[in-house]
Amino acid sequence: MVEHRPWFNVLAHAILIMGVMLVAFPLWITFVASTLTYDQIITVPMPLVPGDQLIENYAQVLTAGSNKGSSAPVSTMLLNSFIMATGVAVGKIAISILSAFAIIYFRFPLRNFFFWMIFVTLMLPIEVRIIPTFKVASDLNLLDSYAGLILPIIASATATFLFRQFFLTIPDELAEAARIDGAGPMRFFWDVVLPLSKTNMAALFVILFILGWNEYLWPLLITSREEMYTVVIGIKRMIAGGDATTEWNLVMATAMLALLPPAMVVILMQKWFVKGLVETEK
Amino acid sequence: MEKRVVFRSAWLPFVLVAPQIAITILFFFWPAAQALYYSFLVQDPFGMSSTFVWFENFRDLFRSEHYLASFRITAVFSIAVAVSGLLIALLLATMADHVLRGALAYRTLLIWPYAVAPAIAGVLWAFIFSPSIGIASYWLRRAGIDWNWLINGDQAMLLIIIASTWKQISYNFLFFLAGLQSIPRSLLEAAAIDGATPLRRFWSIVFPLLSPTTFFLLVINVVYAFFGTFGVVDATTQGGPAGSTQILVYKVYNDGVKAADLGGSAAQSVILMIIVIALTVVQFRFVEKKVKY
Repeated sequence: MVEHRPWFNVLAHAILIMGVMLVAFPLWITFVASTLTYDQIITVPMPLVPGDQLIENYAQVLTAGSNKGSSAPVSTMLLNSFIMATGVAVGKIAISILSAFAIIYFRFPLRNFFFWMIFVTLMLPIEVRIIPTFKVASDLNLLDSYAGLILPIIASATATFLFRQFFLTIPDELAEAARIDGAGPMRFFWDVVLPLSKTNMAALFVILFILGWNEYLWPLLITSREEMYTVVIGIKRMIAGGDATTEWNLVMATAMLALLPPAMVVILMQKWFVKGLVETEK
Repeated sequence: MEKRVVFRSAWLPFVLVAPQIAITILFFFWPAAQALYYSFLVQDPFGMSSTFVWFENFRDLFRSEHYLASFRITAVFSIAVAVSGLLIALLLATMADHVLRGALAYRTLLIWPYAVAPAIAGVLWAFIFSPSIGIASYWLRRAGIDWNWLINGDQAMLLIIIASTWKQISYNFLFFLAGLQSIPRSLLEAAAIDGATPLRRFWSIVFPLLSPTTFFLLVINVVYAFFGTFGVVDATTQGGPAGSTQILVYKVYNDGVKAADLGGSAAQSVILMIIVIALTVVQFRFVEKKVKY
């Protein structure tokens, strides 16, 4: 703040509080809805304070799913989402850090060609090549499998790019010292590059975990068996169509379960999250 | 930029890049090439045979009333999402930058929607605005507005705009806040000493210095509205009623997966690819320039 203007301070807080409330409104409604009975939720207007069905609703979706839409238990879906998100994050970081290391610390034929090959993937989101990608996955027998959920999402250059930028800032003296001491490239990678990259890896992990968890179109296409649904897909399948038949209280309990893990990651790892977001996008 | 010190090995670098190159070829280049190839084919209704038809699919698309309508819808949608998301986020970020106390708490409370999947954002807002049981629909009816996005195309559009914007505010907010915090305080203090009001300082100093961030966010938001909002649309309107919210990426999916029109859908993919590449090029050229300011 530059000067003292009490009224402006009050106005700023008022606007921020309104913003926070507006942003939080859907979350509150979702939470309230997830604690109501089916009959309470279809009364118009629905109550705006939580009901007493919290444990019943959450227990039901976690163990048995909904009654009318998809009947797969949400706990399985949460596990699938977790495996997919972790797989996407770990897989992308692993292949990217290796290829970035090769591109920065070696001179070899086709080096620039490989770099550009990886780089152009920045340009095309999976949404525009969805049907041929599906065909490839089906030819490779990857439908309804974790590998099928994870691998196509990994084909992107953001992480490679970030590691490349970071490796360029590592002082040359380190590599020189390692070479004089007789350490080979992989020794240098494990003992110097990897420990130095920890913060970048943490930041990337947070971003990629959230992206993997929230991925929608790809799991929608590639999973057909209920036990392979991720939770985001599961919610969609619970909405049977028409307000009268959808058990909104159970859908909303599932929505809470689906959005809490990534939201907690963002809030608890805020420092890494902000770092990761700002660096992967620039 | 190049490293001065490098390691030597005839085979190791190839082993290191191999996993990423393999995945990139398999799941990126091969499908992208296939999309390009399909876009020149017409398949018979049973998928038994296909004929190479050059640009016929593209010609059909640009003659199709539906496709041109989808273009218009996408334009309206992405402009609305980008502009409203940027304005709201800029307002909130300016205020958060101004307050001394609680800026971090406000940031925490404002950024979590980033973590919500677009499809879930769609479900949340579809419930709130549900024509029969939604709480907001109830308030709207009490205010005398007949709200039913299942039959009213404009209202359906408004719904997906609200859901998509809501999810994107946190992202824009973070970048604006970071941009605001990097503006030197001394500039603002000097202007204040010269008697500039907060509003004047905003327009004459803050806004011009923020313009690189704003432009970057504009491109990111347009790309988000084009592709990232698939989940919002699929979880709410599914392109309806009567195609009034069928944005381009949803039409690719609808024609390719549901209507099984492989050639037409692939041609749409190719057009979308060209749009993304154009946007990316614009963004990179600008990023190069902006470093100078």
